[in-house]
Amino acid sequence: MSSDWPLWEVFVRGRRGLSHTHAGSLHAPDAEMALRNARDLYTRRSEGVSIWVVPASVITASSPDEKDPFFEPASDKAYRHPTFYEVPEGVRNL
Amino acid sequence: MTTVLPEQGTDAEAQEFQRAFDTAVAADERIEPRDWMPDDYRATLVRQIAQHAHSEIIGMQPEANWITRAPSLRRKAILLAKVQDEAGHGLYLYSAAETLGVNREELLEKLHSGRQKYSSIFNYPTLTWADVGAIGWLVDGAAITNQVPLCRCSYGPYARAMVRVCKEESFHQRQGYELLLELSRGTEAQHAMAQDAVDRWWWPSLMMFGPPDDESAHSAQSMAWKIKRHSNDELRQRFVDICVPQAEALGLTLPDPDLRWDTESGHWEYGAIDWSEFKAVLRGHGPCNEQRLSQRRAAHESGAWVRAAASAYARKRQPTGARNATGPSPAAEQHVTAGSEGGRPDTDEGPRSREADPR
Repeated sequence: MSSDWPLWEVFVRGRRGLSHTHAGSLHAPDAEMALRNARDLYTRRSEGVSIWVVPASVITASSPDEKDPFFEPASDKAYRHPTFYEVPEGVRNL
Repeated sequence: MTTVLPEQGTDAEAQEFQRAFDTAVAADERIEPRDWMPDDYRATLVRQIAQHAHSEIIGMQPEANWITRAPSLRRKAILLAKVQDEAGHGLYLYSAAETLGVNREELLEKLHSGRQKYSSIFNYPTLTWADVGAIGWLVDGAAITNQVPLCRCSYGPYARAMVRVCKEESFHQRQGYELLLELSRGTEAQHAMAQDAVDRWWWPSLMMFGPPDDESAHSAQSMAWKIKRHSNDELRQRFVDICVPQAEALGLTLPDPDLRWDTESGHWEYGAIDWSEFKAVLRGHGPCNEQRLSQRRAAHESGAWVRAAASAYARKRQPTGARNATGPSPAAEQHVTAGSEGGRPDTDEGPRSREADPR
């Protein structure tokens, strides 16, 4: 019998942070305890002003062995980048 | 997080995984939880990270011994914060170990049954208030010397945990140093107490770097895998070189008659370490092995009903139909989705603000 509590992933947004950043993980019986423990564990030195806790079991991650095919479309579409487009010399504010 | 191992179909595939791993390590890239890694690499990391985590947890005991007896409110608050940090380090490290596919409960079981070890240093008693300072200066100092290179360890989650740990440890070290300085400059009795503490903690601190290079079983492989970056003796030498001038500034001496500056090598030469003592402590025959482990076990066992109560309460609060003995509430997933896609301004409360309290 396992009495171990589920694992939660913790995301913290810093005082001037624009987005929540993954800070680490912890075990807790429920979301509220996870949140309290995350506060004590990851914001002890005012590292953040907002915390999200997410059960680790609901996170689906991309798989490293399909890394290349999975992200391929990003590299063969150069026209998605502004540097792809030529601008005639002397044209300004473009 | 669960760890997914790629199917190891053929030898050719296995070789290819091995090659990819070797290339990544050679290029100083980080190995991440879902990447393929050799079984021995995984096992070594589990052992090292778990024992590191255990050390943080057991390490709370010698210092906590003095919380109720700290000589001033300021010192007491500092010590409380420090012990809290150590608990945090233990948690970061257990999390890092768990990315390798083990769970914390099974690691704790191994600690409690003596199948996994913790740092030999925590088997020494804290006999006076000055020991708290000596631990901060020497023990945390040795830990930092050991751990700073681990911030570049090839395994990503361990390296990232070490960045956090090192930041806090260096601040503990300062506290310890300040404490000793105050005692050293205090009354004669205070000075003597500080000197006595340094005398007792110096050699055990040097032992924290592990056996000499020619007797270290795991060193060569760990260095090849870039888990370790420097040999035990190299780090120990670095630590001695750092400590000698710090001791001078404290007005305290280090208990080593053979300590002398070697102009040729540019290092401090130090006397022989009593490795028989180190081995005895590792085998469980140090001054406090028995006490540390039995205290940890007792806390775990007498806390069992509290953990069970928390689990039962969590189950009770889950909506009917979604009850699951170990899994978290699926409701939590919806909250996150609602929070990130709901188009509402990002309040400081985050997604949790939508969680209704059933009471």
